[in-house]
Amino acid sequence: METRKPDQTAPDGPARLELEFAVEGRDFAAAGNAASRIKRALEHVGFAARAVRRASITAYEAEMNIVIHARRGVIRACITPEAVTITADDEGPGIPDIELAMQEGYSTAPEDIREMGFGAGMGLPNMRKCSDRFSIESRVGQGTAVRAVIRNERRGTEGRGLDR
Amino acid sequence: MKVSLQQIINELELSEALPGVGKDRTVSGAYCSDLLSDVMAHAQPGDVWLTLQTHQNIVAVAVMAELAAIILTRGMRPDPDTLEKASREGVPLLTTQLPAFEAAGRLYCMFRRERGEC
Repeated sequence: METRKPDQTAPDGPARLELEFAVEGRDFAAAGNAASRIKRALEHVGFAARAVRRASITAYEAEMNIVIHARRGVIRACITPEAVTITADDEGPGIPDIELAMQEGYSTAPEDIREMGFGAGMGLPNMRKCSDRFSIESRVGQGTAVRAVIRNERRGTEGRGLDR
Repeated sequence: MKVSLQQIINELELSEALPGVGKDRTVSGAYCSDLLSDVMAHAQPGDVWLTLQTHQNIVAVAVMAELAAIILTRGMRPDPDTLEKASREGVPLLTTQLPAFEAAGRLYCMFRRERGEC
């Protein structure tokens, strides 16, 4: 499900595009749709190729985390000429130890999902590497909120990026 | 050094699950992995991706990571909804009977030869 807020893209309004997508837990058929739409929007508004790729990977990992771990959630992208802010808010189990969850290789994904190649314990670390700013808040038994900012430029100064 | 997807199809005798899709694409390298987040983190734009995963989510990974094509190794066949998604997204989907080791080895030799290294 997608909601645009066209009033914010009106000629006289601020140069800002907001996209919002509902994501259902365990819906592997629709998984990736939100990230795909965000990628297309960024390409459409002329974001730098490298920023598009970093944002797409971040959005995809955020979306998959909801599909894999949560009951449901919402992915939002706020696009301005300078940057895109991606937020993911879910209703789910929450993360008891965020520091541990941020370690590459740590995963709580169930076995059936690991067999699909998910749950490598790289999702959150990937998101942090791709972002110029990254934050995560979680309440056990309630849900998790992730926020990532990717600047529209060819070379990030803060983000370490994922280029070879 | 870049080669065309058609060259790779010829060299590895790949079968095209979606005939004609993306044959004129240029390929800059290859990445071998069955972990999706690993591919997102380490494959480079323009790489072909060698994997045993056949489910529909591989298509979104290929799109997000801007990969040139997906090659299913060791005789794996794409799931029907994988084919449908790949067709819709225009992602080339290729198959081979070769195991990943041999397919990757041939690709490695091919890229080295193109660079004049062997």
